[in-house]
Amino acid sequence: MSDSPALSRKDVMGLLAKAAPDRLAMLIANLGPEPEIAWLRPPETGTVMLRGRIGATGAPFNLGEMTVTRCVLRLPGGKVGHAHVQGRDKAHARRAALVDALWQADPQGIETAILAPLRDDTEAARRARAARAAATRVDFFTLVRGEDE
Amino acid sequence: MYVAVKGGERAIDAAHAWLAEARRGDAAVPELTVAQIREQMTLAVNRVMTEGSLYDPDLAALAIKQARGDMIEAVFLLRAYRTTLPRLGASLPLDTAAMTVQRRISATFKDLPGGQVLGPTFDYTHRLLDFTLMAEGEAPRAPTAPIRDEPVPHVTTLLDQDGLIEATPPGEAEPGDLTRAPLELPADRALRLQALARGDEGFLLSMAYSTQRGYGRTHAFVGELRIGLVAVELFIPELGFSVEVGEVELSECETINQFMGSKTEPPQFTRGYGLAFGQNERKALSMSLVDRALRWQELGEDDVGAPAQDEEFVLSHADNVQATGFLEHIKLPHYVDFQAELELVRRLRREALPEAAE
Repeated sequence: MSDSPALSRKDVMGLLAKAAPDRLAMLIANLGPEPEIAWLRPPETGTVMLRGRIGATGAPFNLGEMTVTRCVLRLPGGKVGHAHVQGRDKAHARRAALVDALWQADPQGIETAILAPLRDDTEAARRARAARAAATRVDFFTLVRGEDE
Repeated sequence: MYVAVKGGERAIDAAHAWLAEARRGDAAVPELTVAQIREQMTLAVNRVMTEGSLYDPDLAALAIKQARGDMIEAVFLLRAYRTTLPRLGASLPLDTAAMTVQRRISATFKDLPGGQVLGPTFDYTHRLLDFTLMAEGEAPRAPTAPIRDEPVPHVTTLLDQDGLIEATPPGEAEPGDLTRAPLELPADRALRLQALARGDEGFLLSMAYSTQRGYGRTHAFVGELRIGLVAVELFIPELGFSVEVGEVELSECETINQFMGSKTEPPQFTRGYGLAFGQNERKALSMSLVDRALRWQELGEDDVGAPAQDEEFVLSHADNVQATGFLEHIKLPHYVDFQAELELVRRLRREALPEAAE
């Protein structure tokens, strides 16, 4: 069970973008019927140029692009939701923008219903990878060779 | 007189229909899904994403399927698709120090903060064919161990603290983009790295190997190789702040190379840098050796005339889509060109052998 830190909108949007699309869809379905939305910018897929840094810490260089889908929508109450999500899944972008808008109207309700479960998923996935990595960490040991005897 | 010739449409259509049938192979064998390629041919997907210069595992898997496993054809397909998409922006520079590492090794330091983490590697395997993979079995599961949540700093920062390695000059200058403006030579290091990142793995491997064998030797140690997930952050102008839009898997290699010093610099180690999409360590390693070799001028080293030191040679021939495009175009009809050559050779022979012509 996650604690409930006061999330910034930046944190919320990041969590939604990185959520597994099926999982986000399921959590939204649990909320009941979706509100009518108006598109301010319908979902559009494009690319974002990913930049690295020379020697990891130096000046930026262009590594290559990544697909990203973005959209902006408005709820009947007037809240505007934005999404920029990795990949080409327009339904996922719509859901991320929808929850961004819903969160602005009801931060606590969305935290409990959607964000906390997503954070648990993210943490579980991270721990599963980290635990596998930990098992492949090398523990060096030195053999006593007894040359001095 | 030039006579345009048409025809061949029916033959082309039939050839493409046969291509589709051949791609499917024996219909009695179950068809490969794109998801299967994405999940089980991951390193092929990574290579196509890196050289296709587009991070999208689903599209790369589709390209591999469509290309019947021809990697360069798959890279070509991905590059072509990329040109149909609008550019929405550029990410903030990826913070590889904050990578959640699944593999991190150093050949220069045994004990280092964060440890040596082998990850899912072919290293230390026996390279014996595993016939159990021909039988269907249960999905294997990797062992786990307690997580040690500790920072995994870059190895070079350890040397950096003592001034033993060249500093990496920080900067925020807008890097050149060879997908927007044609590559002009000489190129700065940022442009070179972009070209190398897109470059053919086999070509870069051979170039890197040539430096190891003495053609522009730089004596590289793998200071660090790390592979893992890095968050991608994008500034959204209409919101006025940046957001994480996703995560990418990256392979990063930093080599530590000998440097005897110059008129202005005391002896210290120098660096080569490689970065690639996905687990792609041969590419990252090759890239960092070639990056280092191309820096001879900046570091005041001698031009020994080695291919890997020749920026124009390396950067002009590293791109496999350009290379294959020019190479394979000679398969296309050159009837008129060849007719002219034929006429020329006949005339020269007539002039050289007048008696034979009579």
